[in-house]
Amino acid sequence: MAVPTLTAPEVVQEPPRQRRRSGRSRKTVGDWLILAVAVLIGLLIAVPFLLILANSFKSPTDYAQGGPLSLPSALYFDGITAFWERVDFPRKLWNSFFISTVVAVLAVGISMFNAFALGIGRVRGRTWLVLLILLANMLPQEVLLYPLYFMFRQVGLYDSVWAVIIIFTVIQSAFGTYLLASVYGTFPKELLEAASLDGASRWQILWRVIFPISRPTLSVLLIFFFIWTWNEFLIPLTFLVGNDNQTVPVAITVLQGDRLMDVTTTSASALLGLLPTLIFFLIFQRTLTRGITAGAVK
Amino acid sequence: MAIATRSKERTARPTTSLIPGSSRNSFWFYLLPGLALLTLVIVVPLLWNVYLTFTSYRGIRPPEFIGLENWVELFGDTTFWTSFRNSVAMIVAMVVVPTVLGLVLAAMLFDLIGRKFGGRLASFLRATYYLPQILPGVIAAIVIGWILRPENGALNQVLAAMGLGGLQGNWLGDPDTALPSIMVIMVWVQLGYPVVIFMAALQRVDPELYEAAELDGANWFQRFRAITVSIIRPEIFVVTLTCAIAALKVFGPIYALTGGGPGTSTIVPAYYAYSEFFQSQQVGYGATIATALTVVIAAVSIIFVLVQTRLERSEEAR
Repeated sequence: MAVPTLTAPEVVQEPPRQRRRSGRSRKTVGDWLILAVAVLIGLLIAVPFLLILANSFKSPTDYAQGGPLSLPSALYFDGITAFWERVDFPRKLWNSFFISTVVAVLAVGISMFNAFALGIGRVRGRTWLVLLILLANMLPQEVLLYPLYFMFRQVGLYDSVWAVIIIFTVIQSAFGTYLLASVYGTFPKELLEAASLDGASRWQILWRVIFPISRPTLSVLLIFFFIWTWNEFLIPLTFLVGNDNQTVPVAITVLQGDRLMDVTTTSASALLGLLPTLIFFLIFQRTLTRGITAGAVK
Repeated sequence: MAIATRSKERTARPTTSLIPGSSRNSFWFYLLPGLALLTLVIVVPLLWNVYLTFTSYRGIRPPEFIGLENWVELFGDTTFWTSFRNSVAMIVAMVVVPTVLGLVLAAMLFDLIGRKFGGRLASFLRATYYLPQILPGVIAAIVIGWILRPENGALNQVLAAMGLGGLQGNWLGDPDTALPSIMVIMVWVQLGYPVVIFMAALQRVDPELYEAAELDGANWFQRFRAITVSIIRPEIFVVTLTCAIAALKVFGPIYALTGGGPGTSTIVPAYYAYSEFFQSQQVGYGATIATALTVVIAAVSIIFVLVQTRLERSEEAR
């Protein structure tokens, strides 16, 4: 209720009822043709996923004989286990998970504090501050790369997950501040007035009124920050050089083209790279579609 | 995007906080952690990077001031111009094609498939289109890169099996096909984003408008152009702007698949800057490329916002 920006554009697939009833009965040849085109495009988009899935469970000889389109003649797990052990996959999963979780929590916290001051507190010069903060999100990361590399090297955080955590907390909270500040700008005034009449301090109002009411928005941000951080590449690549600190995308990418990677092991590596995000997508699908659209209209 | 905040403030310029009895200045305390981190991680490195563009710095001995030499070199550097020409290709693949195709697909799904075949099917198709968007960019590139493998890749094998062996190619290794291959990957990655956003925007379109237009004898394309496109124009702007910025920043897929090659056929500014930093150890020059890229991104964003405001004004005046 207090977060119209995130709840209003709820994705409703079904148009008004009577309209649908009138249209549903008449399907022309043209309609079926358009459906066929839409399904065909969907297939084209899905084919790479299906190919990777089928070929990750083949032996290289099976691949050579049956080609890429056949189903595996026998389930073969050596490609996946070989790659799994070679990169110490559980370790990489943990690194990605740890970095993304800490970033998501910290960035949501910072976004909330910033947005509290900008949206509710309406501090002087807030428009310029929001623009400045948004800059952090739009800059190409290359422009920060070398100075950051140098700075973190100086303080001994080079090749540490904490360097990456600090950097992405700032970058993600930039977007969060931008979105939340406008959400908080339309926060129901009566609630704030009532709380302040009851003698609540600013800190109490933030935690007891604003936080619980904006929790749906905050959880969308949390999920987004988690996935965005999981998918990041350039900064983890340059800052996490040690094998023990690498994230999933980095570990998988740096091994491509390695001479020990045969055709089905490479496929297995792609499968391991896409599985985690696929799982997140399936779990959070509704929240995600809602969030993407909210981010765009804001 | 910035427009939304600005126009909102123009209507009313409140000078007090939303909490009665709390002065605006007392809220600065809450900005301290955020602004301190922003200064440390964004502002200082950004300014430092600009300083580096005026130096010769190879990463070991301290930077040596050389004035505008890097910038002069940049303007005469064919690799730099090639990298921006390739950025234009990325904009075609990540902005133009997905936006146009996304508009048509969103209209098809929402208007026709959702209405005549049920909303379930429409949202299932939408989720399928969106699938590649959820992957890390490098992983998406590796998935398609695997299909394009030269010696035993899926595409080449299928071509051979169909008797089209003559069409086989070293897709990512041949200067003629490397850039188009990357473009195909980026279309695949990007398409779902406009579809999802446009479909949500289409809910604002009043069905009665369509029915009225239909009665007036407007065909599907006329209705699409006159009603759909004009109503969801704000979303079209947001999509083209965010995708254009993303296209200018592309790095992961190039790193994972071609390293800018063969030769410089797939080099992009972000990858060029990276290779100057860490492969050639020309930090000052790498910083110059990165700064030039930032200037281009800022210019593109400003032009977009200006055009959008102007269009909105002329719309209101009508």
